[in-house]
Amino acid sequence: MNIHEYQAKALLKSFGAPVAEGVAIFSADEAEAAAKSLPGPLYVVKSQIHAGGRGKGKFKELGPDAKGGVRLAFSIEEAKAHAKEMFGNTLVTAQTGEAGKQVNRLYIEDGADIARELYCSLLVDRSVGRVAFVVSTEGGMDIEAVAHDTPEKIHTIAIDPEAGVTAADVAAISKALELSGTAAEDAKSLFPLLYKAFNEKDMALLEVNPLIVMKNDHLRVLDAKMSFDGNALFRHDDVRALRDETEEDAKEIEASKWDLAYVALDGNIGCMVNGAGLAMATMDIIKLYGKEPANFCDVGGGAGKEKVAAAFKIITADPKVEGILVNIFGGIMKCDVIAEGVVAAVQEVGLKVPLVVRLEGTNVELGKKILNESGLAITAADDLDDAAKKIVAAING
Amino acid sequence: MSILVNKDTKVLVQGLTGKTGTFHTEQALAYYGTQMVGGIHPKKGGETWTGSKGESLPIFATVAEGKEKTGADATVIYVPPAGAADAIIEAIEAEIPFITCITEGIPVMDMVRVKARLDRSKSRLLGPNCPGILTPEECKIGIMPGSIFRKGSVGIVSRSGTLTYEAVFQTSNEGLGQTTAVGIGGDPVKGTEFIDVLEMFLADDETKSIIMIGEIGGSAEEDAAQFLIDEAKKGRKKPMAGFIAGRTAPKGRTMGHAGAVVSGGKGDAESKIAAMEQAGIRVSPSPARLGKTLVEVLKG
Repeated sequence: MNIHEYQAKALLKSFGAPVAEGVAIFSADEAEAAAKSLPGPLYVVKSQIHAGGRGKGKFKELGPDAKGGVRLAFSIEEAKAHAKEMFGNTLVTAQTGEAGKQVNRLYIEDGADIARELYCSLLVDRSVGRVAFVVSTEGGMDIEAVAHDTPEKIHTIAIDPEAGVTAADVAAISKALELSGTAAEDAKSLFPLLYKAFNEKDMALLEVNPLIVMKNDHLRVLDAKMSFDGNALFRHDDVRALRDETEEDAKEIEASKWDLAYVALDGNIGCMVNGAGLAMATMDIIKLYGKEPANFCDVGGGAGKEKVAAAFKIITADPKVEGILVNIFGGIMKCDVIAEGVVAAVQEVGLKVPLVVRLEGTNVELGKKILNESGLAITAADDLDDAAKKIVAAING
Repeated sequence: MSILVNKDTKVLVQGLTGKTGTFHTEQALAYYGTQMVGGIHPKKGGETWTGSKGESLPIFATVAEGKEKTGADATVIYVPPAGAADAIIEAIEAEIPFITCITEGIPVMDMVRVKARLDRSKSRLLGPNCPGILTPEECKIGIMPGSIFRKGSVGIVSRSGTLTYEAVFQTSNEGLGQTTAVGIGGDPVKGTEFIDVLEMFLADDETKSIIMIGEIGGSAEEDAAQFLIDEAKKGRKKPMAGFIAGRTAPKGRTMGHAGAVVSGGKGDAESKIAAMEQAGIRVSPSPARLGKTLVEVLKG
């Protein structure tokens, strides 16, 4: 789960991190009061969407010469004017895709005097099974490009979970970031508290890009991107409350209510599969036969008939879907449960597109019997290859 | 021979009394008499578990007690996500040599804690978020459907549960059968990696060929490929076929498994396929052709 920059900064501030003063606003009318509450005279007006590259992004509705999604203002009047121009418009960045994202929230922040821009992120380094700091002196840029072009400028420092961030770890991070003096003193509190926040809130990613050294030599978190481990949300009511559903796909929200792993895609063959690997492989084989999947959908192992029916309804409700492939290899999942769920969903919402079903594994005979006796227009497939061929053929007519 | 588990393996079940634990314990007992020797429940110690066909097993309050009374050398964990990490740690502290955790959805930070504890122990953990392990006609730990297996010569290792079944089913249909199938699981932080299992398959005389199934995310497949290249230089090499799931997955989106995500420019399918092919693995473009691809490799 992702959250907005202003929410991430508030969370980091609660752990004691140095962030600028700022106010989130939900309409252009609030801009003046927000700016007035800040020290000035420099303000930064920042679009709040769940995507990076905002500064270089362009608003669809504005001309090509208009400024991007993060703007400097040198007066309250200018901050107001920016807010008016940005609100409600669609920001297209390198990460939003062509459709872009509507800007419904802005963050007006006190400006900072920047001496140096650094990069700092925390994530779980799976090669060692530990939380690691990834840092670079090349802040404010696309870190993937830095990693590609100058990998020697990226440093990874993994933290022993039983010792936490030690003085030696802080020294290693500070050295990698070439910090000295006041900034190095700030580092002694900043890096341990970022680690503490990451751990206590079960984050999946905490990216501070840039982390800045100001002209007064203090460190400040200038931007913050935060995402959380979906598996740990059950123990963080405060984090769940930060969710902004307008940033998410409606089908994915519905799927998450049923605890379904569902990702909306651009193709036109709907998929319902058990197991993440098989679900990905099913998408791959559809592509191999020249079509594109409309979604990734893993109904999981322990799904009941109702959950299967819910998944089927979400897939059929997608207007792009021209055919559906159900691919089940039952282990925990029993084929008869899948069959009952599919039949129940079709009886409720109807079936307007071709449906190919491949069942194998636990209770396969019972599952096939339920489908055969349902009287529904279902094409049975013998194996995964056969299933993919049949659904592609059905769509090609 | 097989790897990790055989007919002598004695298994305790943590989370036996739940619906999932009960169903799969019944299945395991019915699978060539897998030695399920007891269950663990902190409040039901001394009671007896009864299956739907009248099977019964003793319940112990702790893993340590269960191990002492039964001589168990393995546990399987079906405990729900919130308590699963503590269940693994209890098994580690009881010095169980082989721990399999089936549970899906354990918070990553919990596994970071488990991993630190595991690294200081003598236990091996398989999983979490995995289908378990099965040696045909001897021992079934976890949730794999026993009916598709056949005793034979292929070692199977996979990050994905259902794709393991595909590989098993297809190698059975080709008449090859399996020595052991191991599902290492789809989480980013886990106990057993590809390299660990490949090492055991290379060392096992009865395993004549290997299927390895990976997916997007992380660099475990690339690491495994490098391991195979290094071992081949020492003259240790077996015919291999493979598959990588997630060629068509979009970047930055987690595909069901917590570990299946292409992020930071790392973990995409193409680099994994290239690394595996460089290590001499024939990578099938289709998950439906795993068995046939291996047969082609064996024919030379």
